[in-house]
Amino acid sequence: MSNAFIAFQKNDDSRCIVEAILEDNPGAMVDDQPSMVKIDVPNRLVIKRETVEEKMGREFDLQELQLHLITISGHLDETDDEFTLSWNS
Amino acid sequence: MDKVFPQTTYEGIKIHDWDKWEDPFRLTMDAYWKYQAEKERKLYAILDGFNQNNGHLSVTDARYINVLKLFLGSTPPLELMAARGFSMMGRQMNGAGPRVACQMQAVDEYRHFQTQIHSISNYNKYYNGMDEFAHQQSRMWYLSDGKSFFDDAITAGPFEFMVAIGFAFEYVLTNILFVPFISGAAYNGDMAAMTVGFSAQSDEARHMTLGLECIKFMLEQDPDNLPIVQRWIDKWTWRGTRKLASVGMMMDYMLPKRIMSFKEAWEMYVEENGGALFKDLARYGITIPKCFGQTIEEKEHVTHQSWIGFYMKPQATPFHTWIPTPDEMDWLSEKYPNTFDKYYRPVLEHLDAQEKAGNRFDNKTAPMNCQVCVSTMKFNEPGDPMEMCFRESIYQGEKFHTCSDHCKEIFDNEPEKYIQTFISSHQVLQGNCEPDGTDVNAADFKPGQNMLDYWKLDKRALGDFNGSEDQKNFAAWREQATKN
Repeated sequence: MSNAFIAFQKNDDSRCIVEAILEDNPGAMVDDQPSMVKIDVPNRLVIKRETVEEKMGREFDLQELQLHLITISGHLDETDDEFTLSWNS
Repeated sequence: MDKVFPQTTYEGIKIHDWDKWEDPFRLTMDAYWKYQAEKERKLYAILDGFNQNNGHLSVTDARYINVLKLFLGSTPPLELMAARGFSMMGRQMNGAGPRVACQMQAVDEYRHFQTQIHSISNYNKYYNGMDEFAHQQSRMWYLSDGKSFFDDAITAGPFEFMVAIGFAFEYVLTNILFVPFISGAAYNGDMAAMTVGFSAQSDEARHMTLGLECIKFMLEQDPDNLPIVQRWIDKWTWRGTRKLASVGMMMDYMLPKRIMSFKEAWEMYVEENGGALFKDLARYGITIPKCFGQTIEEKEHVTHQSWIGFYMKPQATPFHTWIPTPDEMDWLSEKYPNTFDKYYRPVLEHLDAQEKAGNRFDNKTAPMNCQVCVSTMKFNEPGDPMEMCFRESIYQGEKFHTCSDHCKEIFDNEPEKYIQTFISSHQVLQGNCEPDGTDVNAADFKPGQNMLDYWKLDKRALGDFNGSEDQKNFAAWREQATKN
């Protein structure tokens, strides 16, 4: 099974996004690196708008991820509510 | 429609329904401008803060600045080539989906080209060797590998370009250059490189997705596309790997504060991440690239071979080289337990002893280069680290050399393309590497005597780091910055 992953620049917004990912993806692994954070999840990683909003205490458009994103791995599927990365293997 | 889009058929790729192309990011032009503008505001706020705060004196030590000199010559000019290439793709692709995505990428690439130069321009006020990078791009021996990568891609057809840049360059290369290397730059106190690198990479996530979409799209449209796509994946994975040797060297040898070895980065971003992609594409019949086994073997060698290669040419690069300190060598031993002490520490210690005895190594001969990737011949024979690898092909009665089985295969598949490769060590002997005004027909003309002028190399930027003007200035300025 391959890992899907996503990496963010470290800042207050991405801290909330990472918290949301950990809550919604059992088995998520956090790799803390200088000035960036990378999260790996076996096969499928999902970011849910609702959970991020709960962590941030404000409305959040998933496209705001673009501002903090560093890199991704996996096929992307994006809707208004979910940003999903997955491998078919 | 073929008359309007004449470029998308001659490579043999068959597309039946362009509307099947999907942009998974679903980014509208409006949203694109909005988020890109915000990224730019952030980036320039950090750059201003860094520069106003004398940020250049807060980097770990002055050796670090040499990595920026290498980066400046090798990367922004390639971003500009990518901008040109994707502008062409934005015109050539039949479907509206890929045209819009390519156009956004062209704008991104132009942004990277500009922001990278802006982020380094403050250093250029203080340190030597940065001001002629644009002149040097198409002339310097060691910049030819990156130039040839893009020249090869942009002179191919549109679909091959998408595999070359969208897949190999974005997925294989930038994941190492802009992620662990830039994370390392941040650790070395360079906020300018950090902000510009991460800001660029936030676009690359979109670019990788475009490359991946294009590969899937070709494979889903017609089964006849498979062998063509497989050949491109084989070719460009290898070309990307060769280009990575110098990026790896930047991580292992040029960052005074190291965060991760090239080998570790390679395992994370290429073996695991690339492996995940190839496993995924297996459902279309794609197999792991032929070169993959060799790239895994080479990950423990290439950075050492590259650094030693550059160290031996102190009069031919606008950046300084040096021997790692004893504790840095210990770090390399720990990170490369199978190779460093056995093959590379003895060479570095020998060179160090020679330098201390006043006999700093200086190879004045022109290098021999691979006809395909234009790397200097310095990589080892697979399975035999003590033997240098090279291959020969005969085309139209002439002999051409390549650095590996994989570059030889690329050459043999399209020899008429690669016999045109610009290799400065060949061109100089033909009198083509001289400053303006040189009479190459004069009786006393000797080729190669004026290389420094031809390259416009700043003489203060040459030689070993030890004793350089940069080293002295940095020490003096840092002293001033902490006292009255």
